[in-house]
Amino acid sequence: MSVETTGAPRAFALPLRRKRLGAELPGWIAYALAAPSMILLCLLMLLPIAVMLVMSLTNYRFGDLSYAFIGVENYLDLADDRTFWRALSNTFVYVAIVVPGSVALGLALAVMTTGLRRGRKIYQMIFFLPVTATVVAMATVWKYLLHGTIGPFNLVLQSLGLPAIDFFSDPDLALTGLAIINIWSLAGFNMVLFAAGLTAIPSELYDAAEVDGLSEPLDRFFSVTLPLLGPTTLFVIVTSTITAFKVFDTVAVITRGGPRGSTDVLLYTTYLEGFSYFRMGSAAAMTVVFLAIIMVFALLQTWVLDKKVHY
Amino acid sequence: MAAAPNHRASPRRASRRRLPWGQIGTHLVLLLLAVLFLFPFYVMLVTSFRSPSELFTPEFHLLPQEFTGLKYYIESITTSPVLTFMKNGVIIALGILVMQILTAIPCAYALAKFEFRGRNLLLALVIFALTVPIQVPALPLYLGLNALGLLDSYFAAMVPFFLSVFAIFLFRQSFKSYPDEIIQAARLDGLSEWAILWRIVVPGSIPAIAAFAVFSITTHWNDLYWPLIVIRSNELMTPPLGLATFADVESGENYGALMATATILTAPLMLVFMLAQRQFVRGVTMTGVK
Amino acid sequence: MMSAGVELDRIEKTYGATTTLRAATLDVKPGEFMTLVGPSGCGKSTLLRIIAGLLPQTSGEVHIDGASIDHLPPRERDIAMVFQSYALYPHMSVAENVATPLKVRRLSRMARLPALGRLLPGQARTRREITDEVRRVADLVEIGPLLERKPAALSGGQRQRVALARAIIRDPRVFLMDEPLSNLDARLRVTMRAEITALHRRLGATFIYVTHDQTEAMTMSSRVAVMMDGTIIQCSTPQGLYEAPEDLRVARFIGSPEINVVASDTVAGWEGGNTRLGQLLQRPLHIAFRPEAVRLSAESAAQTDMLHLSCHIERTERLGHDVLLFLRVLADGAGVTARIPAADFARLDAPGGVLTASLHPADLLAFGPDGKRVALPGLAAATNRGLSHVG
Ligand SMILES: Nc1ncnc2c1ncn2[C@@H]1O[C@H](COP(=O)(O)OP(=O)(O)O)[C@@H](O)[C@H]1O
Ligand SMILES: [Mg+2]
Repeated sequence: MSVETTGAPRAFALPLRRKRLGAELPGWIAYALAAPSMILLCLLMLLPIAVMLVMSLTNYRFGDLSYAFIGVENYLDLADDRTFWRALSNTFVYVAIVVPGSVALGLALAVMTTGLRRGRKIYQMIFFLPVTATVVAMATVWKYLLHGTIGPFNLVLQSLGLPAIDFFSDPDLALTGLAIINIWSLAGFNMVLFAAGLTAIPSELYDAAEVDGLSEPLDRFFSVTLPLLGPTTLFVIVTSTITAFKVFDTVAVITRGGPRGSTDVLLYTTYLEGFSYFRMGSAAAMTVVFLAIIMVFALLQTWVLDKKVHY
Repeated sequence: MAAAPNHRASPRRASRRRLPWGQIGTHLVLLLLAVLFLFPFYVMLVTSFRSPSELFTPEFHLLPQEFTGLKYYIESITTSPVLTFMKNGVIIALGILVMQILTAIPCAYALAKFEFRGRNLLLALVIFALTVPIQVPALPLYLGLNALGLLDSYFAAMVPFFLSVFAIFLFRQSFKSYPDEIIQAARLDGLSEWAILWRIVVPGSIPAIAAFAVFSITTHWNDLYWPLIVIRSNELMTPPLGLATFADVESGENYGALMATATILTAPLMLVFMLAQRQFVRGVTMTGVK
Repeated sequence: MMSAGVELDRIEKTYGATTTLRAATLDVKPGEFMTLVGPSGCGKSTLLRIIAGLLPQTSGEVHIDGASIDHLPPRERDIAMVFQSYALYPHMSVAENVATPLKVRRLSRMARLPALGRLLPGQARTRREITDEVRRVADLVEIGPLLERKPAALSGGQRQRVALARAIIRDPRVFLMDEPLSNLDARLRVTMRAEITALHRRLGATFIYVTHDQTEAMTMSSRVAVMMDGTIIQCSTPQGLYEAPEDLRVARFIGSPEINVVASDTVAGWEGGNTRLGQLLQRPLHIAFRPEAVRLSAESAAQTDMLHLSCHIERTERLGHDVLLFLRVLADGAGVTARIPAADFARLDAPGGVLTASLHPADLLAFGPDGKRVALPGLAAATNRGLSHVG
């Protein structure tokens, strides 16, 4: 039951305007409570999105005194723009590395740590540590760590007699290097989500599996754990996808899109277009594409959450 | 095994007789992974104590050959505005948090406990806005702040986040479960609606608010994107922006000082995490399923 | 403050298409202990909330001492309410819980601010008065030693007392209580029943007490209003409700075990009775009689006015002092419940479980097909049974 306010429907139902009852809260209370948020929501979210949609149809450049509506030309330009397509495909390749890596690692960590008799807490703390670290600070560390000549990683490789790998100077490896950092910082987060899902599995199911003769750990994993973690897994995949899709900090700090555009991702390109080259119209068009993709993921997420609820 | 009278008892008994190989194996794998996970932190710390000459020799030693003490930390604090960055980080993160809480709580209460026209529309907008990251309204917000001459200020760094639809959503869930009877008792006791919200309902949602505070502070302490756009002057830079700029200027020559700076800037949140792990994890993973 | 009378005038409440209250009318006298009893979902809580001003009625009026209070918000109605869940503020100590209504009324807005408010001058006296008052009320309901505890650290009975104290301290014109004992265990419920009636006597205030438990209703109050399907169908003394229910639903709801109800044509077929009864039974009626009205003997006695039924005992239930017998009439298979003292049952000799049940026509109640009471004139009042069998 919720608190009733002067319900408009009742006012319509009655022919005569009745004196307000003391039990009815004045209608303005709810609006007064919600007003600050509603105003901010309009100013900071709805209005900017509307402006951005309109701006994507213009040739506005920051600093220009005039601009013209050019219809969908920005979008058509994007369709022909090789840099944009490269950024888009880089982003998807990045997602395709980070998501399976961080989800599988997170699941493995969750299953292994929750199965421990001792030390579960300390391990989980260690694996969660990267989640709490400031991305920019850790990016500088990783940049040095994977440095081609003086990076400790390569020094270790060399001392083992292996050839050095220069991740961030090699166009074929740079994106992978960034993806490794993201897997490192995301796996602990996913581990916590999986661990929560694991504790929700009733232990009687494992007893039942044991009685049914599934005594091997791997049998139990595939017959009980994995099926029951299904909804959690779907959710973790979608959440990780959205996180990976929004990659920006490591690119900005470590590679700046290089070498030779191999780590140029969607948000970074958009950022450069808008805030370095000040081509607002085409940056807005890119943002619209970004928003569209994010919305698809978000719909997927709601759908997955729905499924989880009904599971 | 077959002789065991009770099926359930057999694994436990067996484990007492034999070494738990499964457990030992898991520990070995986890230890290896833990070393890999901690390696960047170790490198950060150990490099902040190494002398430059050692850094550029093609050999890797686990510990510094020549201990530099707090040299780089002192250097980092005295020659770069690290403390200013931290102060800015605190001001901006706390300013955002206070505004978010002040705006989100009344709105969440209205959505949770009042019936009013437009409530469903507002809720739908909140849920839509949940999915929209800051990068989407960034361009118009930048233009707007520029038109008002407000760029390069604390206000510019904070204002896009004054409203957290996530906070509204979260607090609404929490308020909804607050018993109506207690609210009605408060009305009979004579409390105003405003007093009921802040003195009766909000104290019941302290855990949710605390978790959100962790989430919000972590997010905005670590944010690079928006400060990068609106902050220009050194004395207003946040820790990530300051570090990114500083690292650039140093261009990799003084790794010791760079790592010392990174350590200083990472330390506060890590310490909070170590001290209040449960609350911290709850706060940071709040976007996930409960 | 003086106790006040409460009049409810045709209160209606609808939620969309469903009607929860229909023309609920009730007149509560000043200082009266009025119990509102009815099955779950009949609208009792809704009615209390409308009186308290927590819920607007769709139509109808609430008067206190003859004046309409519908325009007043809850805080200005001077009505206290004890909720079923107690509704204590979970983050406040017992003392703070009890003091809240006084603080809101006596301290200024500024002075109520946390921490800061204490520094304001000129309110130390008021604060002291409030503390004294809290202590006095706490002693009254015996929670003096619990004042510093949080509600979570209290038992159900203690929470109940705190909720009472929070209501008492306001010294309101009217107390509303919504099933205040339903969350307590059976023993505690009996003790608290007595305490609440004692409290009512001591305070002399008007109480409107809601319960779904007819035993509670019958034992606690001076008058009981029976509510069914959103309306008050009868308001009378407990004895009046028991002996002269005006509606079949009331007859069935009040009294345990439930009253016997038999169709009039079945009763017409029973042996004995008088001609007057025979005439009356020509109409289609529900005939009801209390289990205590049934008299049992082993042989068929020949007292002319009485109805006689040959029954066999299907089942017996011993209730300590009394015994319940579930009988089946041999002739027509009608079920009859009888309640007799255990000593009488021991003396009863029923060969093969068959015995004769006798009923005096004056003990019969008749209800029309619509459930309304129909007078059976010409059948003199017989036994005057007390309330010892209620509950
Ligand atoms: N907000 C509401 N919307 C629709 N129906 C309601 C609402 N609140 C109560 N009701 C209905 O009103 C009826 C009476 O409820 P209530 O007064 O709580 O009964 P009682 O206290 O006698 O058990 C119930 O059938 C309930 O379903
Ligand atoms: Mg009720």
